[in-house]
Amino acid sequence: MIRFAAIRLVEIAALLALMSFIIYGLIGLMPGDPIDLMRSADPRMSAEDVARLKAVYGVDRPLVARYLAWAGQALQGELGYSRLFAAPVSAALPPRLGNSLLLMGSSFVLALALALVLGTIAARHPESRLDDAINLFCFAGVSIPTFWLALVLILAFAAGLGWLPASGVATAGAGDLADRLRHLVLPVATLTLTSVGGYTRYVRAAMHEALAQDHIRTARAKGASEARVIFRHAMRSALIPVTTILALSFGGLVSGALVTETMFAYPGMGKLIFDAVMGNDYNLALAALLLAAVTAMLANLAADLAYAWLDPRVTYR
Amino acid sequence: MLVVIAVLSFAGPPVGALLGADPNAVDLLNRYAGSSWDHPLGTDELGRDMLLRLLAGGRVSLTIGVAAALTAAAFGTLVGLVAGYVGGWTDRIAMRATDGVIALPLLPLLIVLAALDLAKLGVPAAIAQSDEISLMRIVALAVLVGWTTAARLVRGATLVTRQRDFVRAARSLGASVPHILWVHILPNVMAPLVVATTLSVGEVILLESVLSFLGLGIQPPLASWGTMLSNAQQMITTAPLLAIYPGMMIFLTVIACNLLGDALQRRLDRGAVMHA
Repeated sequence: MIRFAAIRLVEIAALLALMSFIIYGLIGLMPGDPIDLMRSADPRMSAEDVARLKAVYGVDRPLVARYLAWAGQALQGELGYSRLFAAPVSAALPPRLGNSLLLMGSSFVLALALALVLGTIAARHPESRLDDAINLFCFAGVSIPTFWLALVLILAFAAGLGWLPASGVATAGAGDLADRLRHLVLPVATLTLTSVGGYTRYVRAAMHEALAQDHIRTARAKGASEARVIFRHAMRSALIPVTTILALSFGGLVSGALVTETMFAYPGMGKLIFDAVMGNDYNLALAALLLAAVTAMLANLAADLAYAWLDPRVTYR
Repeated sequence: MLVVIAVLSFAGPPVGALLGADPNAVDLLNRYAGSSWDHPLGTDELGRDMLLRLLAGGRVSLTIGVAAALTAAAFGTLVGLVAGYVGGWTDRIAMRATDGVIALPLLPLLIVLAALDLAKLGVPAAIAQSDEISLMRIVALAVLVGWTTAARLVRGATLVTRQRDFVRAARSLGASVPHILWVHILPNVMAPLVVATTLSVGEVILLESVLSFLGLGIQPPLASWGTMLSNAQQMITTAPLLAIYPGMMIFLTVIACNLLGDALQRRLDRGAVMHA
């Protein structure tokens, strides 16, 4: 098990190195570089100035050399300076990451809980009206554009009814807990509604399969209560495939969070990445993209380990 | 429902001729108009007819959706066939790649890709900024995300089918590899592939709308539902309906695709049970 985790960690590191190079190359291809920006800010700059600055910033060197220089610095924790935040990248990232994890974590827990309930109900009454209704709800959740749902929620609850704030994490000056929670409601609701549909469908399928197994019939035959059958016998085997799917859905959750955060002006990683890319803040975009990728890969590893814990038949060597 | 939306979208020009209006025609005296006989769904911030723009946008969104879903399915099928038949390292690399595409947060990466300046790659500026390129770029991005489902499906089926007697027989008769893949293996995975492709049309439309909404997809004045929403967001408090309509269209189209895919899937499962 430990050996397995170690091998996977090495794999993750290798993949990360590869990705950082690709992303580094791609970002260099985006419109405008730091020198262009300075030149547009100061039209009196001469051609010699530009050439000198290019040498200072190292943009005149070949791509691989630049990348290696960046990677060497990054490994020492030196991620460069963010133009957008006017602060070192390493100082700008952590609070945003915290905000994002809070948003994604709470909507993940909510969506999962809701999916377990709905999926189990649907699996217990297959082909019934209730099953159809839940199925339709799932499809609605999967099909609704995240940004549009956010827009409609803002229109209804923030602009229309005025019950909830439409953006930010806290009212300036009054940042107590209740206020923070009120700011979380709409983003979390958006992200939960868009992810719950997919989860429910997986839970239903897994539960449906689990309930058809022999040991369930045995449990029923020996007179176990329905609750015991569901929670003790069926849920355990149904959770195994669900874990895999949940781990794979993490990337989707981050993508959803990006849109949600942008819509609600919620200062998290997603909005940060979007702003950094749009605002030509290369250092920041690069670090943030890699951080998101690392988080996703670690979540996958965690899911693989949870898999072994849930299913005694699985061993990792 | 899908059929209705598709037919209406592609029938846009004749309907426009009927109402005597052009989806891009500006009428500044008639901005934010409500519903009327001339403009059944009212007009937008430049006095353009909302219904016509919705239909024109639908044409763009549906074309992209279908084109990208088909391309992704074709590419995924190719990868799946080769990986499943050749096996070994080829297979391992291909499957790791699908893992990566499924598990990684793609939207942030897509945003970078969508913002790329093609001129820096040596593409002439006139081409790099044309409408066609913005369409093709979206299709390319959608293929990048969408090929994995088909690849996994086809690979799985190939692994199973290549052991079957009729494939072994064909091989011993000296059939070439492409022939075996095309004639003996592909037909066996067609049905689930059709289901997956139907479902991915919906996904592509969602992706297109998100990118367009963020300002990275279809560029105005060409309208897609995503760009219409993006415009409408700025007038959200004065004219909320302008944002409601296109979102509703995306929602209805995507859910129609998904329900169609689901119905096909069920029919397929039932058929499989009956054959077994």
